Amino acid sequence: MKASFASARKLGLVSCHDCHLLSRMPQRAAHQEAACPRCGGELHQRKPNSLMRTWALVLAAMILYIPANVLPMTITTTLGSVSADTIMSGVIYFMHSGSWAIALVIFTASVFVPFLKFTILIYLLLSVQFKSIKRPRDRTRLYQFTEAVGRWSMLDIYVVTILVALVKLGAFAEIEAGPAAIYFAAVVVMTMLASESFDPRLIWDVVEDES
Amino acid sequence: MGKFKSMHQIACHECDLVQEIPPLPAPATACCLRCGSVLFRTKVDSINRTLAWTIAGLVLYVVAVTFPFLAMKNGAIGNQTGLLSGIQQLYHQGIISLATLVLLTCLLIPLLQMLALFYIFVPLKLNFRVKYAISMFRLFQKVKPWSMMEIYLLGILVSIVKLGKMATIVPGLAVIAFGLLIFVLTFALSAVDSHMVWERLGGDS
Ligand SMILES: [Zn+2]
Repeated sequence: MKASFASARKLGLVSCHDCHLLSRMPQRAAHQEAACPRCGGELHQRKPNSLMRTWALVLAAMILYIPANVLPMTITTTLGSVSADTIMSGVIYFMHSGSWAIALVIFTASVFVPFLKFTILIYLLLSVQFKSIKRPRDRTRLYQFTEAVGRWSMLDIYVVTILVALVKLGAFAEIEAGPAAIYFAAVVVMTMLASESFDPRLIWDVVEDES
Repeated sequence: MGKFKSMHQIACHECDLVQEIPPLPAPATACCLRCGSVLFRTKVDSINRTLAWTIAGLVLYVVAVTFPFLAMKNGAIGNQTGLLSGIQQLYHQGIISLATLVLLTCLLIPLLQMLALFYIFVPLKLNFRVKYAISMFRLFQKVKPWSMMEIYLLGILVSIVKLGKMATIVPGLAVIAFGLLIFVLTFALSAVDSHMVWERLGGDS
């Protein structure tokens, strides 16, 4: 195996994001778009505006995370009495009714995972911006981790969808989706887009440039 | 560009390190020398296996969408739902964005994945070319993170526990088909040798 230990960027090559074909970076003005010779996808040395886009999405998601947790997720009408449940009151309900495992699953997916994603993405953004050369391998792992876990936050949205369909027992009981559901869905979508727009190669660019 | 077309030279997606990979036997995983990420995996009998799982998946999909999904019984009153009921209900409550999101992530994107695989792999198997195969495969790769059926299944479990004290929940045939579909789709996706597909699709264009 020939390992020259140089990045595509250093060699003037560019790897297609879609089909992985390595081709020579066309010499063009910055505003012109280059296309992959094999699949026709747009070629970028790095994801465009990666840091700005990731920051914007993370911050927007963090703001929406507040109403998502404060406002009710479901509104239940049982025999005339109305009760509103937030994400946390749902977790507490499961704890009180003895379903510890379910309480833990919902807490992890809805509260902990989004929070973890904010923390990791902000840490990665800052580490690139402050040109950290520490443990690039572990930071790449962290990035892959945030990419993989984010989607599980959709769990509560699906629970609401299923409850809304099932609990329609005439005048006996009804469940409606509360305003938090939309905010929460937006948080999940935005954090997923945020980790998609972060480019882990920026971590390694700093390591190469600083050494 | 001839020199690069062999694709033995590849840049790591995560750290951009260029490395040369010799032709690998299947199944094998090529990992990056610098950051350890997976560069690509070669698959055994990729075309046949992908097609077989995809066709099985499409059959299960039809069952999952058409048959009764969950039923709730409380004494004399009962309510039967299909996979689409929750989405319809959200739509009626005026939360269209949420209904669309659930529809996309649990129904349309998994269907799109299977149709795209069918559209790309039948020509690969029978050795003919179709239009838009490249765009379809790109789309297939892009939507992957947004296919979330397994999370929906976990949602069903949570809902059953939540409503367990209020009423009896009876799972229908569609739930079983849906559960199987998740495994079948996972097998179909893991049989796809994307390295090979790109070589074949981009081969003689
Ligand atoms: Zn790497």
